[in-house]
Amino acid sequence: MSSMNGWEVVIGLEIHAQLATKSKIFSGASTAFGAEPNVQACAVDLGLPGVLPVLNAEAVRMAALFGLAIGAHVAPVSKFDRKNYFYPDLPKGYQISQLAQPIVSGGSVTITTGAGEKAVNKTINLTRAHLEEDAGKSLHEDFAGMTGIDLNRAGTPLIEIVSEPEMRSAAEAVAYARKIHAIVQYLGICDGNMQEGSFRVDANVSVRPKGETKLGTRTEIKNVNSFRFLERAIDYEITRQIELIEDGGTVQQQTRLYDPDKDETRMMRTKEAADDYRYFPDPDLLPVVIDPSLLAEWKASLPELPDAKAARYQSEYGLSPYDAGVLTSARAIATYFEQTLNAMGSATDAKLCANWVTGALAAQLNKANLGIEQSPVSSDALAGLLLRVADNTLSNKLAKEVFDAMWAGEGDADSIIDARGLKQITDSSAIEDMVDGILAANPDKVAEYRSGKDKLFGFFVGQVMKAAQGKANPQQLNEVLKARLGPSEGSS
Amino acid sequence: MSDYLQSLSHLRAGLDSGIFSARELTQYYLDRVNRFDGALNAFITKTPERALAAADEADQRLAAGERAPLLGIPYAHKDIFCTAGVRTTCASKMLGDWVAPYDATVHQKLNAAGAVLLGKTNMDEFAMGSSNENSAFGAVKNPWDHAAVPGGSSGGSAAAVAARLVPVATGTDTGGSIRQPAAYCGITGIKPTYGRVSRFGMIAYASSLDQGGVLAGSAEDCALMLQAMAGHDPRDSTSANQPVPDYVTELDQPLAGLRVGVPRQWFTAGLDSVVAARIETAIAELESMGAQRVDIDLPDAELALAAYYLIAPAEASSNLSRFDGVRFGYRCAEPRDLNDLYERSRSEGFGEEVQRRILIGTYALSAGYYDAFYGRAQKARRQIAANFEAAFRDCDVIAGPVAPTVAFDLGAHMSDPATMYLEDIYTIPVNLAGLPGMSLPVGFSGRRPVGMQLIGSPFTEGRLLAVAHQYQQRTDWHQQIPAPYQEGAA
Repeated sequence: MSSMNGWEVVIGLEIHAQLATKSKIFSGASTAFGAEPNVQACAVDLGLPGVLPVLNAEAVRMAALFGLAIGAHVAPVSKFDRKNYFYPDLPKGYQISQLAQPIVSGGSVTITTGAGEKAVNKTINLTRAHLEEDAGKSLHEDFAGMTGIDLNRAGTPLIEIVSEPEMRSAAEAVAYARKIHAIVQYLGICDGNMQEGSFRVDANVSVRPKGETKLGTRTEIKNVNSFRFLERAIDYEITRQIELIEDGGTVQQQTRLYDPDKDETRMMRTKEAADDYRYFPDPDLLPVVIDPSLLAEWKASLPELPDAKAARYQSEYGLSPYDAGVLTSARAIATYFEQTLNAMGSATDAKLCANWVTGALAAQLNKANLGIEQSPVSSDALAGLLLRVADNTLSNKLAKEVFDAMWAGEGDADSIIDARGLKQITDSSAIEDMVDGILAANPDKVAEYRSGKDKLFGFFVGQVMKAAQGKANPQQLNEVLKARLGPSEGSS
Repeated sequence: MSDYLQSLSHLRAGLDSGIFSARELTQYYLDRVNRFDGALNAFITKTPERALAAADEADQRLAAGERAPLLGIPYAHKDIFCTAGVRTTCASKMLGDWVAPYDATVHQKLNAAGAVLLGKTNMDEFAMGSSNENSAFGAVKNPWDHAAVPGGSSGGSAAAVAARLVPVATGTDTGGSIRQPAAYCGITGIKPTYGRVSRFGMIAYASSLDQGGVLAGSAEDCALMLQAMAGHDPRDSTSANQPVPDYVTELDQPLAGLRVGVPRQWFTAGLDSVVAARIETAIAELESMGAQRVDIDLPDAELALAAYYLIAPAEASSNLSRFDGVRFGYRCAEPRDLNDLYERSRSEGFGEEVQRRILIGTYALSAGYYDAFYGRAQKARRQIAANFEAAFRDCDVIAGPVAPTVAFDLGAHMSDPATMYLEDIYTIPVNLAGLPGMSLPVGFSGRRPVGMQLIGSPFTEGRLLAVAHQYQQRTDWHQQIPAPYQEGAA
């Protein structure tokens, strides 16, 4: 294993986000995922002779929203170009994209790496984001030496989001990708589903000796369908490149695929000369003109975005930067958190709520590999539980037990509390009776305590709790016990 | 029936007054196609059953009292317009028997107007050519002289109309493909302003230049047909969202005071002297009708030719990429691998001229050459448009030649593409500038017709048609029928 010492890593990401339009970017065919092959490809998507593209205005609005969200320049006039290459899943022999005049240029996002004391913020600049159509899919399995073509995806609207090569570690790259992922989901312009390919990340990775200003030869990693794999793939690639150079070799410009099973990247194709896509303006489409008043309207329609939301959680709810960051890292989490707060009504307790959403709930979801949208415990149900914590019906320990029962589908918090008799004992006379009973049953221990063996306090707590089946309010129990036992000589 | 064959308005009168039915009229033209097309080869596909069924439907509409300009009028499509249920070949082996699952907007509109499709006409493959010799279905002959080409690429439509096998036909014009064959065949043709007629379902050659139009016996017939074809189409983003004027009403505009611009640069050594003389006579006729001749400058014709032969092939190289043997059309036998599939399907499926233009276009767009070729060609294109704009400050229409010569002999230019390209030197600038242009017959050189071109500023089709119509009120060149085809025609 080579050391990173002496090397600087340079990473830029290209993210393809499928826009959540109902129909395709240049045709009326549906964009829904998972249909039978080729049933969602109309004549335009098939590239039949004589057909013409007609731009979906909703795709333009969504791309513009992205630009507005990252503080980029949204071009009043942008243009479509043709990117020409032959491939069986590219029906027209060209992809309609934007080269010379993209709809979005510039902009930036802030990323955070590390947590707590070690948290570091960094601004990552974007080069551009442009509209384009997706290609179909080539299916190489299941056809015995032949290739199947599914053109359902052909013509699905994409924005290709290109960063500047400003990331210096896999962690930064992942933080950036997560931030973009959060933004497109907050905007409602992409469902963000990485497994279904709605959000695809390609990483350009190179290394150079520290202090060198010239960029090293880069490789492009494709086929990364989770943030975890993205981090691993980049780390693998960094190590591979450094070892290669330190062993006297040179990095070849290549496209590499990440293989999650072997946890390695491997060569897909070399790029000896730059591909010649013979770009030229698409003569079938007019320039995309966005009226300033329309742009202003779209800007006014922007939802609260992750950074603003996190800032508000800190100032309004007094949450820590870390908790605020976790809760706003995905729109669904923030939504769940806010819904839980709302459902708690006047008893709302943001810190308690934040602890549970980022703690017990997150742990269970993670264990079950579920998104928060799929949580078996709804935000309303969690609120029901937290109300019982807030009003002292449940201790935290009991609350966890109730939560687990809710997760297992045993009902809402109150019915579980009733069914299991888990209600905390807060009646002080009941606690006093129990304490008195225990003290009466252990006169020798009481004497020992009073003569200075103060460590016996824990023994009494344990005995009372045992008698109370764990349900006595711990704070009240402590107070009563202290009052009844009086001072322990040794403790003064 | 023979008293009613001179024009669409005569046919209209005959149909509307019940002198003959749409079925009888359709049968009359189908008979002519069967009788004469063996020699001409103007049709690639004939659709007699469909035509008679459409005629019956038109007869029912007529019987129900409906009256519409094209109801029951037979016509032919250039075989570049997609027609659901009838193959569309673009005269290419590549498409062969391909049948579109949809109708071109133009076809939809003509269908709705009640026009009766007799069949689909021959053309240069993918509309690339000026002689109709680049066809996988064989060359078309010029009805005036079977030794001559009919022009191209809409050669089949032009020959069919000239021989009165159909009263009217559609065409497309990317660099002269309506106007030049109309001139060579002694008929009237109009290429409208770019965007006036929808390109949806019209198989693309060069998208920024392609425009559908009409070939017919007269300006009036062109007006009637264009009226039905023109208009905005939401399925074609480049179609013009502008109201379509009433072209027939505009035909009656008088010529008095009309300034006719005559480009000095077009009447030079390259132009055949007989062609020049016939056009001068026609211009004099316009003057005698009250028009005023203005000599104008229209420089850079050679520049236009060079620009066209970069822009059109560049767009074509991309437009024709979809013909890859994967989803439709010709596929080579037993491809070894993907590259073999592409290479052999395309080299076996495309003809020589199409392959030449794909190669030129691919080269012109290549990295390192783009600026020198495609980029400069676009600059030249803007220059050409500016030249026209300047010219139209001094005149209302421009009159000049359509082509440097009359129809040339079959085979004359086949070994020399560059000479063939020169055929388009007067028509190409009009496409580059996106302007409307017409061709109308103004006499003969020997047995071969001479055409005159009229060019207008954007969306002045009505005025061009009016000038041609007024001229045709005073002359009968448009009524001439080539001798072998006179029998039974009017």
